[in-house]
Amino acid sequence: MRMAGRKIFISGDEAVAEAVRLVSPHVISAYPITPQTVAVERISDFVEDGSLQAEYIHVESEHSAMSAALGAAAVGARTFTATSSQGLLYMAEVLPYVSGARFPIVMMNANRALAVPWALLSDHRDSLSQLDSGWIQVYCEDAQETLDMIIQAYRVAEDERVMTPMMVNLDGFVLTHTYELVELPDQAALKSFLPDYSTDNKMDLDVPKSVCLAAMNHYMEYMMKQELDMRNVESIIEETDREYGDMFGRSYGGMIEQYMCDGADAVLVTLGSVTGTARVVVDSMRSEGYKVGLVKLRFMRPFPKAEIIEIGSKVKAIGVVDKDISVGYEGIVFTNVNSALSDLDRVPQRLNFIAGLGGRNVSKAHIRDMYMQLLEVAEGKEKEKIQFVNARCEYNG
Amino acid sequence: MDRPKVVKYKEPERAEDYPVGATFKAGHLVQTNSGWRTFRPIIDQDKCIKCLRCFLVCPDGAIDKSGESLEIDYDFCKGCGVCAHECKVGAIRMVKEGADEDGR
Amino acid sequence: MYEVRWHGRGGQGGFTAARLLGMAASVHEGKYSLAFPSFGPERRGAPVLGFTRISDEKITDRSQVDECDYVVFLDETLVGETTLLGLKDDAFILINTAEPEKYSTMTDKQIVALDATSLSLEVLGRPITNTAMLGALVALSRIVSLEALKKAIQDGMKPSLVEKNCAIVEKAFNMVKGAVNNG
Repeated sequence: MRMAGRKIFISGDEAVAEAVRLVSPHVISAYPITPQTVAVERISDFVEDGSLQAEYIHVESEHSAMSAALGAAAVGARTFTATSSQGLLYMAEVLPYVSGARFPIVMMNANRALAVPWALLSDHRDSLSQLDSGWIQVYCEDAQETLDMIIQAYRVAEDERVMTPMMVNLDGFVLTHTYELVELPDQAALKSFLPDYSTDNKMDLDVPKSVCLAAMNHYMEYMMKQELDMRNVESIIEETDREYGDMFGRSYGGMIEQYMCDGADAVLVTLGSVTGTARVVVDSMRSEGYKVGLVKLRFMRPFPKAEIIEIGSKVKAIGVVDKDISVGYEGIVFTNVNSALSDLDRVPQRLNFIAGLGGRNVSKAHIRDMYMQLLEVAEGKEKEKIQFVNARCEYNG
Repeated sequence: MDRPKVVKYKEPERAEDYPVGATFKAGHLVQTNSGWRTFRPIIDQDKCIKCLRCFLVCPDGAIDKSGESLEIDYDFCKGCGVCAHECKVGAIRMVKEGADEDGR
Repeated sequence: MYEVRWHGRGGQGGFTAARLLGMAASVHEGKYSLAFPSFGPERRGAPVLGFTRISDEKITDRSQVDECDYVVFLDETLVGETTLLGLKDDAFILINTAEPEKYSTMTDKQIVALDATSLSLEVLGRPITNTAMLGALVALSRIVSLEALKKAIQDGMKPSLVEKNCAIVEKAFNMVKGAVNNG
């Protein structure tokens, strides 16, 4: 049954805080960093005013934030932390501890460019640099999806078939600092969607076990088990998305969302908030008769390989918008999409658009230009395979 | 007043023209920010002992020491009041913008 | 879709105005809106921008606001060649000034003026002009109703500020309504 909730006008950061209050973790440990700061300030306010019954651990760094979360999760606590950019990199050492120990910590990451040069605005180099850390990664398009995904993240991560930490990404400023209308799920209904967390994977005086152990002779097998379980995550994400949709009226399509892809010759693959801008372009180009569609990549780990292959088998050209670059090669999302497409007998034409680095604007005109180029390569024309979009100067690629 | 010579910034036309490393030739703010002020600092030259404390702490480098006495460049002073706060001999007063030197 | 750009200085409440307008439209009038500041580091006294996008349909466009329907200056020292760019042909410019004739040669767009500084000193006792200019914008544009705006102020401002800000919004609304005569 669909439960309508209260609607409030809040920012993406505040949506994260409201979601955390609703799921009510036992422990929050976090260190503030722009543009995540407002989220952890609000959570701290909620603990202070008693509306969130939790232990808030004030730490002196992100490395300690994740270490404290790891410690809390090791005794079976539901935990939350949040970071951004350099803070995520400072946590990097602890991320494989958490995924290897199979503790279902949920973390918000406000996507922000890496220094130097400094640019506090959003791109995806921070989280994409941690694709191999063993965490599930989801990218959100607006504040509502962010709130819904923090809630769903606990359900997915704590599922006994998963037991894997999850990073919920939202674009810094564009989402963290933008106010919009957000519907809060009914707390009573949420209780049945997300039951209290309990696990055997913890330190327990009654059932003693070694935790975070050294396993020289079995390391490889533990990793195989982790990979095996990660492969199950896709179906659990989809099942969770459907059930959430049935209860609260919003579902997002699971691993990816296909927008106007039926009969499309050219599609763009996007991650995060730029998806919304691309929707407007697809609508207007479709009304002009252009056969274009949009693939919103929601999860980067696990990677939606089967879905990408299925789309690749139907279209003539695929463009990937990367708000990142793996210096010395190409966009990171592009590499992942290409690797999936290589399973096809006939691979569609592909272009990689490096855009929005350091928060550079990606306008509707830029996206329209990407589609026009894709439609041209679909007809056999040659284009530069990797392009910088909206750069201030020339580049000899 | 000892102001730096303004050389117009020329934006690189090609990526290879950018410097190696996140560096750039040191520059100065040339856009005036006097419009930000609510209060402006006034130096009482009789009390000033030229210790240069204000010169050192001014975040905008708006205090000129090249002449006989210290002078404030009111085109670039944004009225933060750090100089008045830090002056050990009380030689700097903050006066409401629009009022005369005695604050009237 | 309406797009509004707010010019103020850090600390003058330009973004609060952008947010209250978005709140009035979405929470109290069933429309969709986004309200956001100019992104990046902030500094008291430095020029800052706020934006409000309002539409009857869900807004997914997250790119920069390129061309506005309305631009509002809380501080007239910010009016200049560059701050008057990025306007639609039929855009309105609202300026907090006692001397609107000063600006008529700077633009071919329509200017509406309100001496919000004097009004806010009179009503609030402080030269905080954001809500006065918000009342002026609503009288001019009718993007939202005066009632919705007052509800947003009740929900979105500190309780101690609500009464006076509702009063100033209403005063500014009536002053500008009389001047522009748009019913």
